[in-house]
Amino acid sequence: MNEVYDISHLLAGVMLVTSFALLYQERIASVLNAFAAQSITLALAVAWAAWSQDRPDLFITALIALTLKGIIIPVALHRTVTRLGIHREVEKVVGVGIALMVGLALTGLAQALLMKVAHGPLSYASEQLALALAIILLGFLMMIVRRNAVTQVVGFMSMENGLILAATGARGMPLVVEVSVAFSVLIALFVFAVFVFRIRERFDTIDIEALDRMRGDRR
Amino acid sequence: MTAEFVIQLLAQGTQMFMVLLVAPLAVGVVRRVKALLMRRQGAPLLQGYRDLSKLLHKESVVADSASWLFRAAPSLIFALTWVAAALVPSFASGLMFNWAADVVALVALLGAARALLALAGMDVGTSFGGLGSSREMMIATLAEPAMMLIVLTLALAAGTTRLAGVADFFIAEPLAVRVSLALSLIALIIVALAENARIPVDNPTTHLELTMVHEAMILEYSGRHLALIEAASYLKLVLYLSLLICLFAPFGMAPATAGLGGWAIGLVAWVAKLLFGAALLGVWEVSIAKMRVFRLPNFVGVAFVFGFLAILLAFLSRGVVE
Repeated sequence: MNEVYDISHLLAGVMLVTSFALLYQERIASVLNAFAAQSITLALAVAWAAWSQDRPDLFITALIALTLKGIIIPVALHRTVTRLGIHREVEKVVGVGIALMVGLALTGLAQALLMKVAHGPLSYASEQLALALAIILLGFLMMIVRRNAVTQVVGFMSMENGLILAATGARGMPLVVEVSVAFSVLIALFVFAVFVFRIRERFDTIDIEALDRMRGDRR
Repeated sequence: MTAEFVIQLLAQGTQMFMVLLVAPLAVGVVRRVKALLMRRQGAPLLQGYRDLSKLLHKESVVADSASWLFRAAPSLIFALTWVAAALVPSFASGLMFNWAADVVALVALLGAARALLALAGMDVGTSFGGLGSSREMMIATLAEPAMMLIVLTLALAAGTTRLAGVADFFIAEPLAVRVSLALSLIALIIVALAENARIPVDNPTTHLELTMVHEAMILEYSGRHLALIEAASYLKLVLYLSLLICLFAPFGMAPATAGLGGWAIGLVAWVAKLLFGAALLGVWEVSIAKMRVFRLPNFVGVAFVFGFLAILLAFLSRGVVE
């Protein structure tokens, strides 16, 4: 039992670290690589849960996470970024230092919340839930601090990674839900992509600051 | 009883002089590895000793505007760093002064040495010295809290801040995957690079460059003053390597009850690990470039973030019931 716990703890911890890497990286290409690393770690974590808890349906989830979010989405985003010609810079509302500090505070918050809810010692599942909650909150933070539409998409996807991690810990998440969530994320990616290109066409940039100036009273 | 006492005293003395003796060699290994990887001939391994003896025989020139602090600082810095380096358990964990080898005390000793060095850098009133001091302090304000967080993580795991106790704990503990320890290892490596003015943070081989930090502070020193400061920086490198070895790779270290045989094995293991660590540092320094000064807060900040995450994870998994 101890190795089971150790490895799932390790994988969830690595996912949390990659979430911080997402906040830390300044270049879009590195952000996408960090996201791919996070998704692959998620796939490993889910596969480990499937193997150790003897739940073969989770292998499908792991496979979806690996192919869809570990390979297809990062590659698609890489291409988008190259086509847009913005693979060198990332603009942020706040600096890296502040973002990391807020991220730490959010991680502490997630943990304090779970400890409060659990009343006493945590179980394995609720510990993983605490890490998953932290990853979700960091995904939110990423969407807030980044101004570039592509990195905001990455923030959204990383939030979804946290959700899958949380769902793995909870027993009885039906596969149908899992699959439909995965595909809705894929569809969301297409919608985002269309929007990104439309925004660029309209404003010549995908810095969403430009949207603030778009008001109805502009004639 | 008295024989026991004398042996204990000798062992502690051996440790004190071993760190001093090995320090220039370790620096020589770093330089040699770097030179070989750059396909240069490089200085001989013993160049560190020669440098020190050359500097000791030279006259030291002191600026007219220098105060007593400028003259006193090198000896004090050397003494503080030597005490700190001698406290880190190297080859045996049960030595006489191990009760004093507390990590918090270690941080305090190094902090005092750093404060003196920064003051001495500003003392003469040259612009370079002041620049170096202010940058050193900027790095220190980030590295020191990270160091304290790492210390607290280890203290949480081992239940003590005494280095020997922590090492004993990790020798006895079965090998397990621990995220919090891995994170604190990375954080400690970053702190060690920053504190020793190593490459992504500062370039130890440069002497006239606008971005230098450590070398800018000691620009005014010469002769035996410079020798003491150089020796202190060598000792600091050995200190951090020993600390990493003692905390994360303590195998081979003699336990408290070991006799002379155990000590000899521990000594050989320690020197081997130390030189291996120095060689790794050389490879690392060749493979990456120095960072811009304005990016340093981000880099050293990573150590802080990792230290903090390590503590959070340590707390989290401590509460978990089997």
